[in-house]
Amino acid sequence: MPDTIEVTKLTKTYGPVTAVNGIDFTVRQGDVFAFLGPNGAGKTTTTEILEGLRPRTSGEVRVLGLDPWSQGRELHRQVGVIPQEFRFIEKITPTEAIHYYGALFDTHPDAPKLLEQVALSDKANARFDTLSGGQKQKLGLALALVSEPKVCFLDEPTTGLDPQARRAIWQVIRTLKSEGRTVFLTTHYLEEAELLADQVAIINHGSIIARGTPEQIIEAHGGAERLSVEAPPSMAEYLKRSLPYPVQAADGRVNIEMREKGDALRILTAIEASGIPWKGFSTKTDTLEDVFVRLVGRMDEGEIKGTALA
Amino acid sequence: MRPRRILADLNIYARNYLRNPAALFFTLIFPIILITMFGFIFSNTGASSIKVPTVNLDHSSNESVQFLAALNHTGVVSIQVVSLAPGTNFSTWLGQNGNTVGLVIPAGFAQSYAAHRPVNVTAYVDPQDPTSSGFLQGALNGVANAYNLRAAGGQPVVGVQSSTVGSAVFKYIDYLVPGLIGFAILTSPMFSIAELVSSYRKDGLFRQLSLTPLTRAEWLVAKIIWYTFLSVISAVIMVTVGALLFHSTVRLSLGVIPFLIFGPFLFVSLGILAGSAAPTPESAAVVANIVTFPMMFLSGTFFPVSTFPPGLALIAHIFPLYYIIDGMNQVMLFGNATRALGDIGIVLVLGAILFVAGVYTFRWREK
Repeated sequence: MPDTIEVTKLTKTYGPVTAVNGIDFTVRQGDVFAFLGPNGAGKTTTTEILEGLRPRTSGEVRVLGLDPWSQGRELHRQVGVIPQEFRFIEKITPTEAIHYYGALFDTHPDAPKLLEQVALSDKANARFDTLSGGQKQKLGLALALVSEPKVCFLDEPTTGLDPQARRAIWQVIRTLKSEGRTVFLTTHYLEEAELLADQVAIINHGSIIARGTPEQIIEAHGGAERLSVEAPPSMAEYLKRSLPYPVQAADGRVNIEMREKGDALRILTAIEASGIPWKGFSTKTDTLEDVFVRLVGRMDEGEIKGTALA
Repeated sequence: MRPRRILADLNIYARNYLRNPAALFFTLIFPIILITMFGFIFSNTGASSIKVPTVNLDHSSNESVQFLAALNHTGVVSIQVVSLAPGTNFSTWLGQNGNTVGLVIPAGFAQSYAAHRPVNVTAYVDPQDPTSSGFLQGALNGVANAYNLRAAGGQPVVGVQSSTVGSAVFKYIDYLVPGLIGFAILTSPMFSIAELVSSYRKDGLFRQLSLTPLTRAEWLVAKIIWYTFLSVISAVIMVTVGALLFHSTVRLSLGVIPFLIFGPFLFVSLGILAGSAAPTPESAAVVANIVTFPMMFLSGTFFPVSTFPPGLALIAHIFPLYYIIDGMNQVMLFGNATRALGDIGIVLVLGAILFVAGVYTFRWREK
């Protein structure tokens, strides 16, 4: 399958500040691609360059084979975009807005169906300035779909939404994927990326520091699987003496890092042999969120150069 | 340019506009308040009119008496015919009796007029009192225009040109109607477009629109169509209120239409420029006010520019609104198509320059 988005050595500078520092990545057709990073990492700048809202300083960018900046008009007929904090004309209703976009894109959208898809049917005829933040965001999503786009850019589409609304948006994203559309998603919620994304890239300080499927990233950058029991700190002291594994005590729990699954038996035997009361054992592996915090946190401490992990 | 996109944008903008009570008030109700207020204050003859001692050296003729009656009828001046002892210097007499203006109708006025021969009435004015002299000259110009007369040079003299006789006589309200149509043409785009451009930019609405096939030119054309529509509505309201409340005789005619189109064209473009120049919506409103207010008062909106002191009258000529109001006066009052064509030409050229400058500075994406 051809790559829908191709980014090569993309750099963007604002005066002396380098916001994006020579990044490379590709997005395959039909994938949900999650682009993650802390605020100020270059995430929005990169997204806006891909959308054709900002020119780049150097490097190559192609979306559907087009240069987003110089061929924006052609590109915008084939992509749908919801910017962060979607805003619209104050006294206009969602139904009117959809018909307006339909006329601009020369399509005849089914407004009730689109509104149902984004779970906004109950506000179909409410004026934009009376909508909540989440409802505004849903309208933004509905408008992005009016043009039947091949690629959807969703810039933090669920930020500030209640759990129910977030799930509605996730469902829309799954539907988009099942229809063969490519989704470029930025988000603050790591679980969202883990749940929806085929491919993930993490950007920090203008460089991509991790890339791959969520599983690959966890595998490459996550910590060991841990066995955890509810027990007093004296348990940790005992285990440190009797076991060759790293042990930590925190919040009334004791965590023991395992090298392999079979270590669990040996650890549990030692716990039972301690004579200290304990209960509630579980095992835990790193989530994408744990990996993200670890990578970005360590980046901020300056221990790892951004490109070393890419 | 796709008509479907222009119409869609026009439709959305109009709906939003009509749901905004403040904008509607300013566009439609406020000018009615103004015409009512100014109409009642200035239409009454007597107290507010300026006393003009007049020597009629052609007192035996009907024409000269009618000419003076027409001047009285403007409501701006009150003609008081005086007869002086032989050998009295009129200018000295005026000063001695505390008058700052005076008027002399020459002997043979009616004969010359009938024969279509140039003739001069002489206005005496005191430069120390620009207001009275302005009002007298304004009234003289108006009546002279009505008689197909024309002011000559910069002297306080009115020359008469031979041509057909016009019979209409204009009152203050007749100047006020075109003036307030001009007011609406100026203010409704200027007070909303500048702020709109600035707040759309701040809210990222233009960025969003740049992601659709809508072009900046289409967006602009939709706004121009909307404000043209509002201008037509204002013109109908002004003429109707003027006629019903104040018995104004001015009527709409086809010749007004170019001003109702190219006026909004010019001021929508100017509003875009003001909005693009200002960094925030608040400062956009300030910039728009700085541009709008002097133009509003000095372009002949509330009083004919011919009643202005000479310095101010000269300043009026730098404002585009002056040519719109003057042009509508020529069309609606004087039937002077040639001068109206000149005015619309100036409006068109200024409008085109501002439109191009507006499109050029108006950006939807960041550079």
